[in-house]
Amino acid sequence: MTDQPLLTARSVSKFYGNRIGCNDVSFDLYPGEVLAIVGESGSGKTTLLNCLSTRLLPTSGIVSYRMRDDTTRDLYRMSEAERRFLMRTDWGFVHQNPADGLRMTVSAGANVGERLMALGDRHYGQIRETATDWLGRVEIAADRVDDQPRAFSGGMRQRLQIARNLVTGPRLVFMDEPTGGLDVSVQARLLDLLRGLVQDMGLAAIVVTHDLAVARLLSHRMMVMKDGHVVESGLTDRLLDDPQAPYTQLLVSSILQV
Amino acid sequence: MTTPLVVSELSKSFTMHLQGGICLPVVENASFAVRAGECAVLGGPSGAGKSSILKMAYGNYAADSGQIIVQHGHELIDLVTADPRTIIAIRNRTIGYVSQFLRVVPRVSAVDIVAEPAIAEGLAPDAAREKASTMLARLNLPERLWQLPPATFSGGEQQRVNIARGFITSHPILLLDEPTASLDRANREVVVEMIEEKKQAGTALLGIFHDQEVRDMVADDIIDVTGFAPARAA
Repeated sequence: MTDQPLLTARSVSKFYGNRIGCNDVSFDLYPGEVLAIVGESGSGKTTLLNCLSTRLLPTSGIVSYRMRDDTTRDLYRMSEAERRFLMRTDWGFVHQNPADGLRMTVSAGANVGERLMALGDRHYGQIRETATDWLGRVEIAADRVDDQPRAFSGGMRQRLQIARNLVTGPRLVFMDEPTGGLDVSVQARLLDLLRGLVQDMGLAAIVVTHDLAVARLLSHRMMVMKDGHVVESGLTDRLLDDPQAPYTQLLVSSILQV
Repeated sequence: MTTPLVVSELSKSFTMHLQGGICLPVVENASFAVRAGECAVLGGPSGAGKSSILKMAYGNYAADSGQIIVQHGHELIDLVTADPRTIIAIRNRTIGYVSQFLRVVPRVSAVDIVAEPAIAEGLAPDAAREKASTMLARLNLPERLWQLPPATFSGGEQQRVNIARGFITSHPILLLDEPTASLDRANREVVVEMIEEKKQAGTALLGIFHDQEVRDMVADDIIDVTGFAPARAA
């Protein structure tokens, strides 16, 4: 266990005019740690995720990241080129809708290979081999490597998106409702896969979800958001089994028992 | 003899915000210690707060006040104030837990569920799986079930997966929440044997056993929880 955080957020706020997107959020994320951000629609989860991943400029606050060379950099003081390089190599971003994270009109293999090429790989055979290997890891059959994601089901597209993001061996992955819109059996398969990959690769991840079962299965720590504020945060199982804040109690008691 | 777990002046109440903010005190001023190589049993009727104490000792419930001092490696750490990351590290290395119910994960096989804490503790995956198989065999779980996810297992079968998962590691502290509740006599005896071996190895055990017979066999010390019952406000 390293004692330096990978990502640090300090007083991150985003206002849309005078409406609050997220307000005064601070936390540290350590290597190998999975943080779930939960809350209902409109609570500011996705706004926060976008602010952390440099997809949306926060109104105020600091987000810093420890680079591979161990220097800690303020994300919003980097050049655009450096940020893009970071996003393509050391980070992953899994969108709720796979179409937002994939290129729908190039083959599955090319979708995975593209990120390798961004890293400078030029050997076609090797790229294809790595891509096929990764498709296998996310349980997509090798004979689908030349198909376009348009021809894939929702669950397959989501798994392809995960392969595309993880192929470069990132240290941090952002996920926005990774299992949203999938039926439960497909969801279970995806969760199992994610859980295994996160464990094996020692990934740190920030997962936005409204599904507390997903949070329990994937995350170590949880942050509960309401109206742009963090109302409670802590160990995932403690928050779910012994919620303190009124809103967390409401969320937990609203889970349907099967 | 060392004392890896010391609880002092521990109090806990539940505030139910959805029920008009009523406050239910469950534990008040609990103080006790568990020594290495000893099995302490929390005694008292249902609802006396035994499970709450056990869950606080695992960091699963928050405490209102007091201390839970755990020997973690060469450090002494107070679980009541420890941050989530420290609690996770303590669970990986220091405190094991056998709950009453198995939380099944879709698609993960029984043998992998059992092996998981051993891998977290640092054992190589293959060695962990082998150890897991040995444990499951000892607890008489039919071999044809090992590769299946336990969602469809019977209560007793799930419980045995759970026990194997809790006992596979060499954590210096092991918490047991009714580990023998849904087991037949033969398997109960296996568990009693396993508890005995843990004691020999110097593990500090803290448990809840409703089964009088098992309790008499394993308990070195009975901690009467009714002594920590809050005075009911009139």
